[in-house]
Amino acid sequence: MKHDDTLAAELERRGVSRRAFLKFGSYIASIMALPPSSVEALAEGLAAARRQSVIWLSFQECTGCTESFTRSFAPTIENLIFDFISLDYHHTLMAVSGEAAEEARKEAMAANKGKYIVVVDGSVPIKDGGVYSAIAGVTNKQMLEDTLKDAFAVVAVGTCASFGGIPKANPNPTGAVAVSELVGGKPLINISGCPPIAEAMTGALSYLLSFGKIPELDHLGRPKAFFGETIHDRCYRRPFYERGLFADGFDDHGARQGYCLYKVGCKGPVTYNACATMKWNGGVSFPIQSGHGCLGCSEPNFWDQGGFYRPLPTPLGAMGPALAGAAVAGAALGVGAALSARRHQKTYLASLEKEKE
Amino acid sequence: MDLLAFARGPALSFSLAIFVLGVIWRLVGVLALSPWNDLSPPREGAPPNWLSAIQAVFRKMIPHRTFLTAGMFTTANGYVFHIGLAIVVLLFVPHILFIRSLFGVSWPGLPNGVVFGVGALTAASLLAALAYRLTSPVLKLISRPNDYISWLLTFVPVVTGLAAAAHVGARYETLLALHVLSICAFLIWFPFGKLMHAFLFVLSRGATGVRFGHRGAQL
Repeated sequence: MKHDDTLAAELERRGVSRRAFLKFGSYIASIMALPPSSVEALAEGLAAARRQSVIWLSFQECTGCTESFTRSFAPTIENLIFDFISLDYHHTLMAVSGEAAEEARKEAMAANKGKYIVVVDGSVPIKDGGVYSAIAGVTNKQMLEDTLKDAFAVVAVGTCASFGGIPKANPNPTGAVAVSELVGGKPLINISGCPPIAEAMTGALSYLLSFGKIPELDHLGRPKAFFGETIHDRCYRRPFYERGLFADGFDDHGARQGYCLYKVGCKGPVTYNACATMKWNGGVSFPIQSGHGCLGCSEPNFWDQGGFYRPLPTPLGAMGPALAGAAVAGAALGVGAALSARRHQKTYLASLEKEKE
Repeated sequence: MDLLAFARGPALSFSLAIFVLGVIWRLVGVLALSPWNDLSPPREGAPPNWLSAIQAVFRKMIPHRTFLTAGMFTTANGYVFHIGLAIVVLLFVPHILFIRSLFGVSWPGLPNGVVFGVGALTAASLLAALAYRLTSPVLKLISRPNDYISWLLTFVPVVTGLAAAAHVGARYETLLALHVLSICAFLIWFPFGKLMHAFLFVLSRGATGVRFGHRGAQL
């Protein structure tokens, strides 16, 4: 495949009909909540798109995001789009390593100045000069800054890149930060999740390729099309929540009946993601359908919200010692107030006696 | 730290500590006062003090027939929002989970639709109580900022709770945080304002009952 190939030419070579491609355009427009009139524009934009240079930087991460994207169960047009982009640098997927890999990154940056997209998975350590994670002797922070200089846009993939994720969890020993804190004014899309849903990535990328701009984002920089509603709002167990039917454990009657998992710590009501609608593994299931509450993995600081099995309405942290201390202090103040009142009463009665005399 | 984490964390811890401290301070302060010591012999046939106290607590829940008609609205409306608040606070599942996290006890809750209906009725009843207070010349005359603050801090958690349940006005986590923060304000004010009547009414009615009973007065 050449760099100046269009997506339409590539798809034609692979036997994808125009009708199938338009269907795909409708699908993308539908999941991104675009108006029907935009389907043709999206399809035409995608068809005319040239191979997009992508530089994928992996920092403090577990490779789960890459695993999520590469383990698609069947070849689809989404996969073809992944094939179509020119992934010029990706530790896990590229054949070369060492100096040759770094050369490939620099060559791609020079050849596509101002046009390439930087995808980042993993947070960036900045404590102690960023020494806690380095690639080819270059700190993650330095590599990100160098690569971002001539980038067209940045896509932060996964919760670590979007919000700091697990590396940023207390006590954050490496001083991990989200990519958003280091991108300056570059256009940024956060596709959060641990890992994120592949279709959210495909959708955002398709939008970028078609319209040359970033899609509508929420206040956390995530595409509204995928992160506009809570998991709770779209959960198939929601009717049980409304009827007050809950699982109290993972092996009780409620759990076997498929009742709502709110009582066992489900964070669905405060988690914005498309898990309940798009699901995973080609729409087979998602965590709640498998019997486990939502962890809230696409939200900032999800690791430090008091515990995965602590229900949402409960206070964070231990209340016992504070309340016991308050009770003791209150009792002491009460006794003091009563003793003072008794003394006043005695003094008053004594003064009355004196008056009588 | 986001708003919800602040509300569920430091704000709730602080307000609950103030609530416990204040309530125990005031209750111990009253209970540890000099015991009432009437040297006169009790009226013949007078019930024991404890019985007079219990009778007074319950008998005062219904106004004397002399005032029944005149005070009908106040009495009926008072029952509506007090029972409504009790249902919403004690029988809504998320509230039961909150109570369980503090005391380790729980009980079955009601379906959300029922609780939301009761919550809406309670809010309407509280508004009616305020309207009556503002339009009744006598009530208006004896009302103090304490009364209005106590009303406001009761009303706001009901409204923010309904808004959070209905997802109206803002994102759910913001509404939930505002609901929790409004409860924090309620808890801090509770021991020091008129909301403390939730505990003190038993003591004040009981004390009145003992005095009346001792003298043979009918309650």
